[in-house]
Amino acid sequence: MQTLRSRRSQSVPRLVRYASIGLLAMLLTACHTDMYSQPKFQTYEPSSFFADGRSTRPNVPGTLAVDQVKTDTYLNTGLIDGQPGDVMPFPVTADLLARGQQQFTIYCSVCHGVAGFGQSAIADRGPIVPANFHQQRLRDIPIGHFVDVITNGFYRGDPNNGGYQSMYSYASRVKPEDRWAIAAYIRALQLSQNATVDDVPPEELANLGR
Amino acid sequence: MGQIFPRNANLLIRLSIFASLLLAVELTLILGVYFRSNYFRQINVAVQQPVPYSHQLHVGVLGMDCRYCHVAVDKSWAANIPATETCMTCHSQIKSDSPKLTLVRESYATGQPVDWIRIHKVPDFVYFNHSIHVNKGIGCSECHGQVDTMAVVWQVQPLYMGFCLNCHRNPEKYIRPRDEVYNMGYVHPADQLQVGADLVKQYGVNNDKNQLTNCSICHR
Ligand code: HEC
Ligand code: HEC
Ligand code: HEC
Ligand code: HEC
Ligand code: HEC
Ligand code: HEC
Repeated sequence: MQTLRSRRSQSVPRLVRYASIGLLAMLLTACHTDMYSQPKFQTYEPSSFFADGRSTRPNVPGTLAVDQVKTDTYLNTGLIDGQPGDVMPFPVTADLLARGQQQFTIYCSVCHGVAGFGQSAIADRGPIVPANFHQQRLRDIPIGHFVDVITNGFYRGDPNNGGYQSMYSYASRVKPEDRWAIAAYIRALQLSQNATVDDVPPEELANLGR
Repeated sequence: MGQIFPRNANLLIRLSIFASLLLAVELTLILGVYFRSNYFRQINVAVQQPVPYSHQLHVGVLGMDCRYCHVAVDKSWAANIPATETCMTCHSQIKSDSPKLTLVRESYATGQPVDWIRIHKVPDFVYFNHSIHVNKGIGCSECHGQVDTMAVVWQVQPLYMGFCLNCHRNPEKYIRPRDEVYNMGYVHPADQLQVGADLVKQYGVNNDKNQLTNCSICHR
């Protein structure tokens, strides 16, 4: 009786025993984490290889990305012989102005205000005093000046003589085409904020109650 | 030698076998729950950053757009952390001698980056891309919560595969118009399913059938 019983059930424990080895092996493999953190560097991952601990290496001086080659100087600087030019390097379309409005709202309106009057949450708190785009000097200035200011920033006073950079450059964040789009949009703002009744087309005058 | 154990010890042995089985199951469950818990994932845990930078002040109060600092979010797979030059556009003049900004000024002078502590991270075997989501009408707040109310950023979503798939299976439930993507306070309209279905069609989301649930778009 005793022997019979143990022989009959022997295959079951054996199965369980072998299965448990398999299970254990699966459990152990599940503990691997080397796929979670693979031996490759992702953005901002620190590195112990370089002395400064950065895996993202600074560019070798003089490196240019493919679209960074500045063959078209006017497009990239807004200047002709050091003086701001007054023509757009490409045609102004409604799409371009919409793009300009979007970029202006992201990068400029925090300081200069959505309508460009130099009034904003930043200006209210001081001590930054952003320019008002509706002053006569800026309304008369050639459009290339805006592109130049976005590209190089703006100094208050002479930088070699106690002056300081009151507005930093946006060249690293706004690409040349968008600088022109913003400049065109500023022109549109200047026209719209200083419009008179004479600018309204005659057929629309009725809508003004006149 | 007499019997050491009484007869009913057999019952105890049998019970303890069941008990240990139960324990094993429970342990597995507890482990499972632990690894899926908010505690393990550090959900809703505020992290002390080296510079006490506040999204609540800069975005909520000053009204800055995400892209002013996270410039690359609509252009590349990674949303960048701003360079200290970006901070210095204002802080060269605002609070220019605040001790809270010492690290930023040092970093600007020396070129050594500020060691921000990373909060959101998917494992290396997952490919994530910001620009596709942002440009197809998925708002930041869908994944990051209302950042404009956070004095320090914390993680709101667990970023499990299930979280990603939940939306990839039904994008019409979460999609919004493109110009609302950077609006942290956006509330989906009551007829979201209708509006969403239209937007999905308009933006051409998931044009290839079942492309969004294909393993190889995230595990490539
Ligand atoms: C951080 C705040 C800030 C932001 C953002 C900013 N500016 Fe300025 N900007 C200033 C300040 C301050 C001045 C005033 C400089 C002065 O008078 O010394 C100024 C001046 C200007 C001027 C006038 C220069 C002159 O000839 O007097 C222009 C044009 C200008 N900014 C364009 C822009 C454009 C375009 C953008 C968006 C890409 C922009 N700014 C974003 C702070 C800012
Ligand atoms: C003034 C610049 C600035 C603006 C504007 C800004 N951020 Fe940030 N953001 C930062 C900095 C600096 C960090 C890194 C420090 C930290 O995590 O708080 C950061 C971190 C984050 C993180 C966490 C990144 C991580 O480590 O996982 C998220 C998410 C984020 N920002 C989302 C947003 C959203 C959404 C907006 C727009 C509503 C926004 N940010 C606007 C500067 C900015
Ligand atoms: C558009 C302008 C602007 C930019 C860009 C900006 N800040 Fe600020 N920041 C402010 C203003 C305004 C205040 C509030 C000053 C006050 O309390 O009056 C402030 C306050 C702060 C304070 C609190 C300082 C104190 O002493 O209370 C910190 C810290 C700070 N900012 C960090 C940063 C960091 C880090 C960045 C870059 C990611 C950054 N800021 C970018 C405008 C800006
Ligand atoms: C579909 C979900 C989703 C949306 C929408 C989203 N993010 Fe993220 N974000 C993530 C994930 C996931 C990570 C972690 C990425 C990684 O580990 O590479 C992340 C990381 C970040 C980081 C840290 C830097 C990085 O790239 O790893 C910042 C900053 C950030 N997001 C900002 C934003 C902003 C700003 C927006 C809105 C314009 C936004 N995110 C929209 C899911 C999202
Ligand atoms: C709230 C909705 C939502 C969430 C959450 C979400 N996604 Fe997406 N995802 C989308 C939409 C919409 C698209 C665009 C699909 C298209 O263009 O057809 C997309 C596209 C993608 C793509 C590119 C697909 C392709 O065709 O190449 C990747 C990769 C991706 N998502 C990864 C992720 C990962 C990883 C997560 C989780 C961390 C995530 N997504 C979370 C909505 C979402
Ligand atoms: C929308 C993007 C997305 C798609 C599609 C996707 N995954 Fe994932 N997957 C993820 C993310 C995100 C994680 C990481 C979850 C975490 O952080 O634990 C993950 C993790 C995993 C893991 C590891 C789980 C772990 O914790 O070790 C496996 C295995 C996996 N996925 C298999 C698949 C398979 C099989 C498919 C196709 C049916 C698939 N995935 C499709 C996003 C995706």
